[in-house]
Amino acid sequence: MAKVYGAVTIDDKRCKGCDLCVVACPTDVLQLQPKEVNDRGYHYAFTANPGACIGCAACATVCPDACIEVYRFVNRGE
Amino acid sequence: MTPEEIIKPENKVYSRPRLLTENVTHYCPGCSHGVVHRIIAELLDEMGVADKAIGIAPVGCAVFAYNYIDVDWVEAAHGRAPALATAASRLNPDKLVFTYQGDGDLAAIGTAETIHAANRGENIAIIFINNAIYGMTGGQMAPTTLLGMKTATTPYGRTAELNGYPLAITNLLAQLDGTCYVTRQAVHTPASVRKTKAAIKKAFENAMAKKGTSVVEVVGTCSSGWKMTPAQSNDWMAEHMFEKYPLGDLKNED
Repeated sequence: MAKVYGAVTIDDKRCKGCDLCVVACPTDVLQLQPKEVNDRGYHYAFTANPGACIGCAACATVCPDACIEVYRFVNRGE
Repeated sequence: MTPEEIIKPENKVYSRPRLLTENVTHYCPGCSHGVVHRIIAELLDEMGVADKAIGIAPVGCAVFAYNYIDVDWVEAAHGRAPALATAASRLNPDKLVFTYQGDGDLAAIGTAETIHAANRGENIAIIFINNAIYGMTGGQMAPTTLLGMKTATTPYGRTAELNGYPLAITNLLAQLDGTCYVTRQAVHTPASVRKTKAAIKKAFENAMAKKGTSVVEVVGTCSSGWKMTPAQSNDWMAEHMFEKYPLGDLKNED
């Protein structure tokens, strides 16, 4: 069966730490930085569990600041 | 596989829309405006109408919409976006004219302009963000504020005796002969964002096809005005707002 690998990149300077991507992610890949803040003082999102990403783009779909880009690779076992 | 192996241009499935400018929006974290801006930027690019689009910006939080979406914009006086859109679409019949308005703009000061533009059946798309509060000025009661909802000007909650009833203006617009498509959507989950995108696409297509006025209400959140986190706001909206403002098509004339 084809295996799907995903990855996301987050523009952490633009992120406002609203937490909506963390809520939307079905595989709990994303989290907000517990202590680190960006230049604007927000606890930005980061990929805490990158291996679980399936590249579904749910996070990017709900991101109000369009700071998430999504990559997906499907290994068809060829 | 490591993220570095996956993050390659050929594997990209979602990127920041080309028409969004590099400016960081002034919206609060988690604001629904950002999502709707992104949807509009994606759609104008996908439909290939970026050079034909004229947006009419409102007064309200979205007043700076012209700083964020890289198409032609006109900034209207408070509530007068549909009147300005009438002029823009009649003088430029080959353009896609859309207004972007909040509930204070469309449902309070601009009620007359909105209803008459819709009644005349102007070939415009109206995108109406309803978050039941005046966000920009500090969270005062709007016509759309729910009964019992606490705002800066109704600190004990809105009451029908003192403040009247919440106004579902989209339902009024659906009864007018000039409107061809009236729908109510939300942007709180990935699925609802996709539905809203399809609705706005249809509204833009109707405006280009000169079918009449299309109205897309997007029930949104105002986490600062509601004094909740963005995630709590979405839950609160799903629990309380959808009772008064149920999602779905109110009118769809093909």
